[in-house]
Amino acid sequence: MARVVVSVPPRARRGDVVEIRTLAGHPMETGFRRTQLGELVPRDIITRFSCSYNGVEVFRAELHPAVAANPLISFTTVATESGTLEFRWSGDNGFVAVQKAEMVVV
Amino acid sequence: MIDRRAFLLLAAGALAAPARAQLPPNIAALRKAALGEAVHKATGGAPVRAGRVKLDLPPLIDNGNTVPLSVSVDSPMTEADHVRSIHVFTEKNPQPNVLSAYLGPRAGRAAVSTRARIADTGVVIAIAHMSDGSYWSDQVNVVVTLSACLEDGLI
Repeated sequence: MARVVVSVPPRARRGDVVEIRTLAGHPMETGFRRTQLGELVPRDIITRFSCSYNGVEVFRAELHPAVAANPLISFTTVATESGTLEFRWSGDNGFVAVQKAEMVVV
Repeated sequence: MIDRRAFLLLAAGALAAPARAQLPPNIAALRKAALGEAVHKATGGAPVRAGRVKLDLPPLIDNGNTVPLSVSVDSPMTEADHVRSIHVFTEKNPQPNVLSAYLGPRAGRAAVSTRARIADTGVVIAIAHMSDGSYWSDQVNVVVTLSACLEDGLI
């Protein structure tokens, strides 16, 4: 399982817009680079990222080779109720990483 | 026996051949066409107006391998009026798409940031798709000193 880091505020007030930052450890090999022998290095990237808040998808992204290695994605969501945010990255060669974070809404 | 002149001609040919194979002479036009096609695919041919979107990235980039990039859209993000998706494109990369983000009224604010690879000096474009079906865009000209993908001779 790849190393992933998410930053979610542990507590938020109801109705606040909270910023969520995510980082996944991944080389994001573009598929355009060549080895010294001239062979193409096959593409190996994360293609999809999604975030669901208590089971409802609130953010989704499609990534292309032009996203830098160790992709950082930051976005916002409205704190509506206490619960779990689930993050999911998936990509080439069956790459899947899942991370969860709890947020308490007061 | 091979003479010096023939050898030099052969050597020059051997060096030039792979370079020609990698870089078609009309590469700039090809890249521009690919960008136009990618934008068309994202918008479905709808007109794109400038404004409401703010694409923020440094105008001078030392290292094209990790370029911090953020897009924000002027939108109230309510059920009736929100941003559906944000697409980012670059002009000079081998593939124009960078990121497509899909958000909705639960985002609260239309702001997304990431880090991109940018191959060469050129234009970076962000397009936002609103809930009323309109498309808005912003573009930034960037100067790249150390390109991503430089070692491949792909730019």
